[in-house]
Amino acid sequence: MPLQVTPSQTVGPYFAIGMTWEDGPYVVPEGTDGAIRIRGRVTDGEGRPVPDAVIETWQADADGRFDHPDDPRGPASGFRGFGRCGTDGDGGYAILTVKPGPVPGPGGTTQAPHIDVSVFARGLLNRCVTRIYFADEADANAADPVLSSVPEARRGTLVAEPTDDGYRFDVRLQGERETAFFAI
Amino acid sequence: MTDPTPGPAPAIPDLAQYRRAPEGTHPPLLSPGYASTVLRAPKDPLIRMPHTLTEVTGPLLGEGRIGELDHDLTRQHDGEPLGERIIVHGRVLDGDGRPIRRTLVEVWQANSAGRYLHEGDQHPAPLDPNFTGVGRCVTDDDGRYRFITIKPGAYPWRNHPNAWRAAHIHFSLFGRAFTQRLVTQMYFPNEHLFFQDPIYNAVPDERARQAMISRFDLDETVPEWALAYEWDVVLTGRDATPLDADEH
Repeated sequence: MPLQVTPSQTVGPYFAIGMTWEDGPYVVPEGTDGAIRIRGRVTDGEGRPVPDAVIETWQADADGRFDHPDDPRGPASGFRGFGRCGTDGDGGYAILTVKPGPVPGPGGTTQAPHIDVSVFARGLLNRCVTRIYFADEADANAADPVLSSVPEARRGTLVAEPTDDGYRFDVRLQGERETAFFAI
Repeated sequence: MTDPTPGPAPAIPDLAQYRRAPEGTHPPLLSPGYASTVLRAPKDPLIRMPHTLTEVTGPLLGEGRIGELDHDLTRQHDGEPLGERIIVHGRVLDGDGRPIRRTLVEVWQANSAGRYLHEGDQHPAPLDPNFTGVGRCVTDDDGRYRFITIKPGAYPWRNHPNAWRAAHIHFSLFGRAFTQRLVTQMYFPNEHLFFQDPIYNAVPDERARQAMISRFDLDETVPEWALAYEWDVVLTGRDATPLDADEH
């Protein structure tokens, strides 16, 4: 009989004192070869910015490997893989990272390059989980088993568009073009 | 298709899935009693995500991020903070009761007067120059954590008339996998304010709500120095067998 799992609660309005790290937004250091900046805005059901959210990211390295003992493919790469950025007054966030490589999926499939995202905020009693895919990976995206499980009309909300220095990925918590979120 | 595509990633064996928390464990995102959920909770149904390699792995952080006094919120300044000194300790476990070793635990809280060191907190209660209200530690090989702090005060908020948050400490936990990530709040026994706290009450299941309340722990008190509370955090556990092929 499994133990009672501890419930989730909101991060509240003051999480910034405990959950922000100076190096949080830097999955890789500034100046890293091939670094990309993923920027976006978090907005609410009226399209207004959410200035008290925090975005966390988890991803494979450029070769599609995780620095984790449960990656069955062998030794760790030393890649942190984790990013964390609180939103500013305009709901904006930015993460500096590298684009992940393709990752093995269930049943021998291949997952397109992707980044797992948790969104926390005042007013969110549990994290909202989504994924970032990349617009310039159309073929890989078409074959991705997780993206394919999202109703076609909503898939676009998970696809980051290229910009001058990386990609843009907005998070619309509610309403028009609401981001597709996952139960995990 | 004529576009070159990257070669497929080499196949790996199918992975043991993490269990999903039973219905009623986590609060529904839309919980209108907590007014801020109304414009922020997604309305479209959540899509069930398989636990792929990305979800069964996760950041293993902490060791290099912990300062010597990060676990002791009473010794981070020149003087001691005002308030009731307490020890908060417990274990981080998975759903099968196995300790989660060397995992980062982050906490933040209001001071003894019920005020956070945050510019957005306008509650007219005093700040304490000797209290930041932020701590972190890494669990030991038995999954144990231990903080020394002061008991946070209750504080008013504007959710409904005469609304007060039950005293709480925010906890952030990573576990070993993206699936296990949890941010929650620890409450205290003998709390009078639960009946009107919509954040606490947003958890539907009574037993799950109780799991957020720490236990007064006489054995861990330090005579003539500090009272103690014990609170275990349970993250999801992992099934023994991989996902059935037909569930892909």
